[in-house]
Amino acid sequence: MKLKVNNVDYDLDVEAEMPLLWVLRDELDIKGPKYGCGIAQCGACTVHIDGQAVRSCSYPVGAVQGAVTTIEGLGTPDALHAVQEAWIEHQVAQCGYCQPGQIMAAAALLAQQVAPSDDDIDNAISNLCRCATYPRIRAAIKTAAAKLQGAA
Amino acid sequence: MGKLATITRRTLLVGSAAVAGGVVFGVYKAKAPIKNPLLDSLQPGEAAITPYVKIDASGITLITPRADKGQGSYSLQAHLLAEELDVDPHGVNLSPGMPDPAYYNAKVMSEGLPFAATDDSKLARSARDMGGTMAKMMGMQMTGGSSTVPDSYEKLRHAGAVARETLKQAAAQRSGISRSELNTKNGRVLFPDGNSIAYTELAAAAAQLDPVRDVALRDQSEWRLLGKNMLRTDIVAKSTGTEIYGIDLVMQNMLYASVRSNPGLGGKRLNYDAGRARAMRGVKKIVETRHGIGVIADNTWRAFRAVNAIDVDWGKPDYPASSKETWDVLANSFVDEHRNSRLKDLGDVEQAQKDSKVIEAEYRVPYLAHAPLEPMNAVVLVGDERLDIWTGTQIPGFIQDHAAKLTGINNDNVFVHVQPMGGSFGHRLEFSYAMQAIEVAMGVKGTPVKMTWTREEDMAQDFPRPAQIARGKGTVQAGQLESVDLAIACDSISVSWFGRLMGMGVPGPDLLIVAGAWDQPFDIPNYRVSGYRAPVNRPISSWRSVGASGNGFFHASFLDELMHAAGADPLQELIRLCNHDVSRKVLQAVGDLCNWQGTQIGKNRGRGIAYTLSFGVPVAEVIDVTNTPSGIRIDKVYVALDVGKIIDPVNFEAQVSGGALFGLAHAMNCELTYENYQPQQTNYHTYQGMRLHQAPEVMIRGLENAEQIRGVGEPGVPPAAPALANAIFAATGQRIRELPMSRHIRFA
Repeated sequence: MKLKVNNVDYDLDVEAEMPLLWVLRDELDIKGPKYGCGIAQCGACTVHIDGQAVRSCSYPVGAVQGAVTTIEGLGTPDALHAVQEAWIEHQVAQCGYCQPGQIMAAAALLAQQVAPSDDDIDNAISNLCRCATYPRIRAAIKTAAAKLQGAA
Repeated sequence: MGKLATITRRTLLVGSAAVAGGVVFGVYKAKAPIKNPLLDSLQPGEAAITPYVKIDASGITLITPRADKGQGSYSLQAHLLAEELDVDPHGVNLSPGMPDPAYYNAKVMSEGLPFAATDDSKLARSARDMGGTMAKMMGMQMTGGSSTVPDSYEKLRHAGAVARETLKQAAAQRSGISRSELNTKNGRVLFPDGNSIAYTELAAAAAQLDPVRDVALRDQSEWRLLGKNMLRTDIVAKSTGTEIYGIDLVMQNMLYASVRSNPGLGGKRLNYDAGRARAMRGVKKIVETRHGIGVIADNTWRAFRAVNAIDVDWGKPDYPASSKETWDVLANSFVDEHRNSRLKDLGDVEQAQKDSKVIEAEYRVPYLAHAPLEPMNAVVLVGDERLDIWTGTQIPGFIQDHAAKLTGINNDNVFVHVQPMGGSFGHRLEFSYAMQAIEVAMGVKGTPVKMTWTREEDMAQDFPRPAQIARGKGTVQAGQLESVDLAIACDSISVSWFGRLMGMGVPGPDLLIVAGAWDQPFDIPNYRVSGYRAPVNRPISSWRSVGASGNGFFHASFLDELMHAAGADPLQELIRLCNHDVSRKVLQAVGDLCNWQGTQIGKNRGRGIAYTLSFGVPVAEVIDVTNTPSGIRIDKVYVALDVGKIIDPVNFEAQVSGGALFGLAHAMNCELTYENYQPQQTNYHTYQGMRLHQAPEVMIRGLENAEQIRGVGEPGVPPAAPALANAIFAATGQRIRELPMSRHIRFA
């Protein structure tokens, strides 16, 4: 089975029904996407498939048609994505475990809507944060939107 | 930690009425200096000047022994050390170190005593000192009770200063220039001529010196780091997916496992059929554990699938099977036989209520799961005479003890490597997951195994926050509160937890049954708070803010009902009744912050206020709600509190906001209900909490009037639920006396 993750091509021998999350984490050692619930409820596993945010814990690897991007492919400590910059500026993370998923969900939103309203943010970001960092998540999304607009 | 059991059997009195037993050790031992654990493993050229600072030619390592569950403790401990050591906390290595008695927590026990935090009497002070002494004797290394800052505030700055002066002494010897003429900056000793030398180059020489101990801490006016906005040391990693949590660890040849245990906690595993699991792809081994069954496989998902494919018969544990039975036990516990404490008893409640109209109310709070987003996990490598375990835990010393007992491996050869944690909220004050990981790894000695619980297992195996019932009776007169009689029934968290941790009960009353209610600083003329220990016997544990999490709801809700009946403005009446200056200013501050003008703030809207003192921190919260066509919307939260000194304003706000919203999330819609011993809530779809669209803006005002510095991880939680209930009452006239509120009202 072929899979493209963060611009690298992989050839895999796994069950088609194995969720993409576990292929990433245990087969490819890409640990940014997290396991939180396994039933697409919390969003800690959020990655992009062709730019769309998907919950990889409930997405069979055999169903993946496009290129997968994880948070590692979004940006790195030395080359941050605008969303990650905003996340650092606002010091959003507490335990940080949900944040890769939050950041991927926010990046997908901003790729489609350059200036989301509060309602747009409410509708698009349903990821769970048990530390309840939500006020800073909202502020960081707005900062990132401004950055991306400025850059455009 | 090995001597723990013997010591505590005689003397452990946390949560009980006395600490007298502590003296059997003699002052000589309590005052003896503690051995520096870093000295044992030093290599040539390395210096460990204090248990908290290790330096070699390649770099500086700060030891931060209080575990980081997300509350920012690593960063904060590093900043405390760095302030006096004169290093950049972002430019050094951080390590939690190995569990050791040197890292005992002096504050976690000194606060578990029958003296209110506002009690400044000589007896209360000496009891707190004794609590700290006992923690030292026991080597009680624990993260919890919002104690990291109060415990570390002086200790770590002092450690930084000792290390700095010792390095200067080494530089003085090398240069012949007196230590008093030397300065330090950014990891270097500066000479008067403008030259400098790195700490790392002085390590070998410093290692030969007796540490310089007569150091004075710098005045606040000289602080570079503390009291100013800090950048968390883990913030870049946590914003780029590069933070490595326990669940992310990978080792050579590592296998993956999952365990399922009796959902009736402590119950037996009876017959099982692993035939289907054994035949599944990637399955290496089926391992029996004491309470369940584990699968070792070559991938976490394959282990999950296989362990769920095993049919198991579970034995019945010896406590009620259902929530209904639990409520019955609680409801029947308000009798003298079960009375556990009456620490508040002012005036004469019975006389005051004899000929007056008595207002009565009953309140309930449910069992709650901790449900941190990272499910429990551990990597274990069992050797012939050595065991290594890598896991996120608040109690590394206890894990070491229990691992030694379980395996027969000598305590000194059990190594606990504490990992960063994806939340805890008290879940990691437990250790059953760690023991299960060890049991599984013993099945493949010499091979590291990562054991991960499924979310469903994490919910089922959680030791929950206990359910509670409270009954209030009160009277009002001439627009004021005249009497309050609050009775609370709850099982004992202390007995349950210490029983698991140390195999022993706890004598005396359990203050956790009444914490957040008996210790509130109000002068109500007739005022009584009684605790009843309900013998439910379902294993229970500490949940962020512990006893105050339920009792804050009871106390602040009932006061609000009485103030309403009296026709009093709740903020003004709380200020009038308050007998604690620091708390009164907190109440006034929250009033200023929200521009308080009563509870009526417009059509379909309402404002509620609640105050709770917990962990020594007075917190007042005001909440505004709107009753919309799709349900109650929480518009805004205002919080005022006083922790004495704010070390990092950025993280302070994060903890206060997070605490208040954590309290609201669970008050809205979270509960564990039981049938056939199992919680019916198995994952986040039935344990929703709060999502972004429900999260209100939070305005915070931190005061610094209190004399003593306090921790802030928990105190923001307790007043949130009652402030919300009081706001909903103001908006709708509906009084909600049972959590979660979703049982009674809809949220937008």
